[in-house]
Amino acid sequence: MAEHLAGVSHEFQEGGRKIVRIGETEIGIFRRTGLLYAYENRCLHQGGPVCEGLLMGKVEAVLDGGRRYLGEQFSDEEIHIVCPWHGWEYDLETGACAADRRLSLKRYRVVERGGEVYVVI
Amino acid sequence: MSSFDRVSDRAPANRMADPPHPAHFDTGALLANAARQAGERGFGDFLIVDADAHHYESEDWAEITRFIDQPVIRQWSEASMAKGGARPGMLVTQLGNQDISGRISRYRLRSSEQLEAGIPRVVAQTRRSMTAMGIDVTVLFPTVMLNLGMHPQVEVEGAIAHAYARWMTERILPADLSIKTMLYLPFNDPEASVRLVERFAGHPGVVGFMVTAVRYRPVHDNAYMGLYAALEERGLPLGFHAAYNWYDRSMELFNRFISVHAVGFPFYQMVHMTNWVINGMPERFPRLKVLWIEGGLAWVPFLMQRLDNEYMMRSSEAPLLRRKPSEYMREMYYTSQPMEYPDNLEVLETTFRMIDAPRQLLYASDYPHWDFDLPSRVYDLPFLREEAKRRILGENARELFGLPERKQAAAD
Repeated sequence: MAEHLAGVSHEFQEGGRKIVRIGETEIGIFRRTGLLYAYENRCLHQGGPVCEGLLMGKVEAVLDGGRRYLGEQFSDEEIHIVCPWHGWEYDLETGACAADRRLSLKRYRVVERGGEVYVVI
Repeated sequence: MSSFDRVSDRAPANRMADPPHPAHFDTGALLANAARQAGERGFGDFLIVDADAHHYESEDWAEITRFIDQPVIRQWSEASMAKGGARPGMLVTQLGNQDISGRISRYRLRSSEQLEAGIPRVVAQTRRSMTAMGIDVTVLFPTVMLNLGMHPQVEVEGAIAHAYARWMTERILPADLSIKTMLYLPFNDPEASVRLVERFAGHPGVVGFMVTAVRYRPVHDNAYMGLYAALEERGLPLGFHAAYNWYDRSMELFNRFISVHAVGFPFYQMVHMTNWVINGMPERFPRLKVLWIEGGLAWVPFLMQRLDNEYMMRSSEAPLLRRKPSEYMREMYYTSQPMEYPDNLEVLETTFRMIDAPRQLLYASDYPHWDFDLPSRVYDLPFLREEAKRRILGENARELFGLPERKQAAAD
């Protein structure tokens, strides 16, 4: 395991991302609520560039006390990375696949130190 | 907070420039991981035919309009185009959000792609996806026209089918010999369908003819026997291309695109397959090759079992049959996409056995549609031998469509 420089801190704005290539591996690094998350830029489905997809709130159904359907809303808490090839969705903070939580993107540890960001491979 | 950030697809501002990526949408960049897969698997070493890819004919509608023979219909189309809008008013539109409400970014970005000058845009864009995926030959189909069978004016379907056939054979196919097509048949007008076959069969790049499955004309109607005979005589395959129709009364019960898409595509295939088999079309046209396109595969074993079971009790209602329905179905051809991928792959392996996949299955991508499959989807299946993989990915299509050997396939 070694630390690889991924950029300087100001490149990782809140809500933003950066894709870096380290050797043959592409990694997407995201910042959300101050923290950094890094995943391999390869969807578990057919290998799409998942880290380049939209970031969207998880769609939640709204039921009332009688279990009647009232509509839908975007979650402010759970943000999804959406693969642009086919739409597979992953939890930005865990890498878990939204449709099957047993699956997860390959995750990397990120270190922010001295105004620089490193990813550990 | 905003739940929609619109950052997507190789934008240079959010990635390191190694290698550099263009500022605009680029099919090759979007499919860079596909190109990597192709290299890792050695797709350059054997023939890969994509038996079902698509273009958006609505983007070329002004040009297609010029090929409409009938002046009144042509003027209608011209007037429709003059109003602007994404889709020509004379085409049948569908409800739905194929792009999953913008999540599949290429739907909204592809029109901004900078392409090579001097060749039709559809050719340039198709070349890029073929190159990335390692595909040597592509059979190209329309998109919006998949619902043209619901047009209430039979003469409009015929006029569009004819104009589209001329546009494809005069403008598109000559521009790139690795692009082929199965031409759209105006199936609501059986005589016009025969005329279309007579005129365009034998044209370079026309490897068969296609019926869009969303329509309410039964395939066993006596009016179609001339069409089937014309195709059988020429040795050209007849394809049934699946689609959905949210306006179908049964489909109106569904409240989600996922539902109408998951059920609708195989539904129409099952309707037409059932009529095709029960009415003895394989006995009447034993040399006519039939290809079932884009319905996935899971419906085939289901229908085989269902029809066989009832046939054993009610063979009096299918007097032309001399074998079980599944035996006829096993001799037909199928495209692979969207290939269901069950957790238990033994289910898929059984499906492959039931349809004799090493002989009858043709790989298809369906690119650029939202549920496309890469060649690796087939190549990586653990239960297939190398020879079967290569047959499904290319050789079955080469034989069915009469394509030359690999080295000449793209050049002839």
